[in-house]
Amino acid sequence: MQYFKGLLKSLVLIFLSATVAIQAQASQDEGKEFNPGDVIMHHIADSHGWHLWDYTDENGEKHAVSIPLPVILFHNGGLDMFMSSAFHHGEEPVTKGDVTYIMHHSDIYIANEAGGLDFDEEHHPTNAQPLDLSITKNVFMMLLSGVLLLVLFGGAARSYRKSTNGSPRGLASFLEPLVVFVRDDIAKPNIGDKYHRFMPYLLTIFFFIWINNLIGLIPFFPGGANVTGNIAFTLTLSVFTFIVTNVNGNKHYWRHIFATPGVPIAVLPIMALVEFIGIFTKPFALMVRLFANITAGHIIILSLVSLIFVFESVFISPISIGFGLFMNVLELLVAALQAYIFTLLSAMFIGGAVEEHH
Amino acid sequence: MNLVTPDIGLIFWTTLTFLILLFLLKKFAWKPILNMVKERDESIENALNAAEEAKKEMAVLNAKNEELLQEAREERDKMLKEARDTKDKMISEAKSQAREEGDKLIRNARQSIETEKKAALADIKNQVATLSVEVAERILKEKLSEGDGQEKLVEKYIQDINLN
Repeated sequence: MQYFKGLLKSLVLIFLSATVAIQAQASQDEGKEFNPGDVIMHHIADSHGWHLWDYTDENGEKHAVSIPLPVILFHNGGLDMFMSSAFHHGEEPVTKGDVTYIMHHSDIYIANEAGGLDFDEEHHPTNAQPLDLSITKNVFMMLLSGVLLLVLFGGAARSYRKSTNGSPRGLASFLEPLVVFVRDDIAKPNIGDKYHRFMPYLLTIFFFIWINNLIGLIPFFPGGANVTGNIAFTLTLSVFTFIVTNVNGNKHYWRHIFATPGVPIAVLPIMALVEFIGIFTKPFALMVRLFANITAGHIIILSLVSLIFVFESVFISPISIGFGLFMNVLELLVAALQAYIFTLLSAMFIGGAVEEHH
Repeated sequence: MNLVTPDIGLIFWTTLTFLILLFLLKKFAWKPILNMVKERDESIENALNAAEEAKKEMAVLNAKNEELLQEAREERDKMLKEARDTKDKMISEAKSQAREEGDKLIRNARQSIETEKKAALADIKNQVATLSVEVAERILKEKLSEGDGQEKLVEKYIQDINLN
């Protein structure tokens, strides 16, 4: 009960700070009508800096306070590195050597000869873009969660050395059941006897997704980044599952795809085509599922908070907070559930590829 | 950055992070943890097997104990029976011996009584004879003292001799 109360309290705190973050965003566009769509999209998208809040100085000028992150750009074989603060939140271009970079809606473009951007009819810039390998908000959070995983599980693994009889202690006693869960409930039933080889991969994706889901629920630094709800992240992980599945596919697996047993020869080409497309649709489904679930959760919570600003009334806040709290708790479940589903489906695909009998 | 357009930078960093993480976690976390779990599982299984074995052994021992107890009980019963038999035998033996002894005593007593009786009878006979002789002597003395009694008697004897 004590723990539950503590959890509830911290959730409310987290939620309140999310409200503050949106408010900051809203006040930025003072005078203009509040557009929840833009705010939400801005919040779930990646960015080059960690925007904290805005303030207005004595001269009435607005300044944004944010944590700058390194920008790494490749252009014409040249490497340019500088902190994102150089852009002054997209308000000023940055000139490095003979190239001028301009940030427009979180994207970096190369300025034209006049030092500006060219726009098409839909107001999209047509300028060339450098290869952007910046440590963005998402990358930073991903690295952080990686370090966190290493510290947690490395620590857990080391703690075994201290115990005399090999029983888990402290952190290990919390983390070990999770590892055993992945082994006994995900890997073993779906892959079978050969599960050993895939354990490191499955454990890594499970915990990597889970911890990123969880940190993504924290609305302020170092959380707030929507890593697992970013299509690039889910794409990369599904490509890994795709590679692991197909590299380990045995002859039964390939025969099932290109010469499905029990199918008449006339239908075989169609079947083979369908099965071949199936190789790609499976990881594609993985990619979309994780991306959509996490992004949807973020959008719902942000929408609920936005209600306060849409109605321009503080009296709507109990409803926002009530539903938002409910969504946050639900998202805690979804965070674990989606990590589980991604890992489970990966294990099933791998299991199907290495299966011996047929 | 569009919502559904994968960003090259993020793909690059995700790949790099994931691969490094996979390598490091595999080496420093998953292997030690999984090995430890496996070792423990095995040791638990061994312990359970050993316990099962011990249980079986215990059962065997118990059965043996029971057997031994049964044997002991039988032995005791046998011994008790033997003792009872011995006792009975001893009692009966003692009884018969006592009877014999008694019989012997009685017989001896009877014999000695008989002997005594005979001796007494013989004594009585002797005494009766002596008394008879004495009586006869006294009578004879009386008769012979009368004078011619003696002569008559002698004559009678002589006559008897002649007849022989």
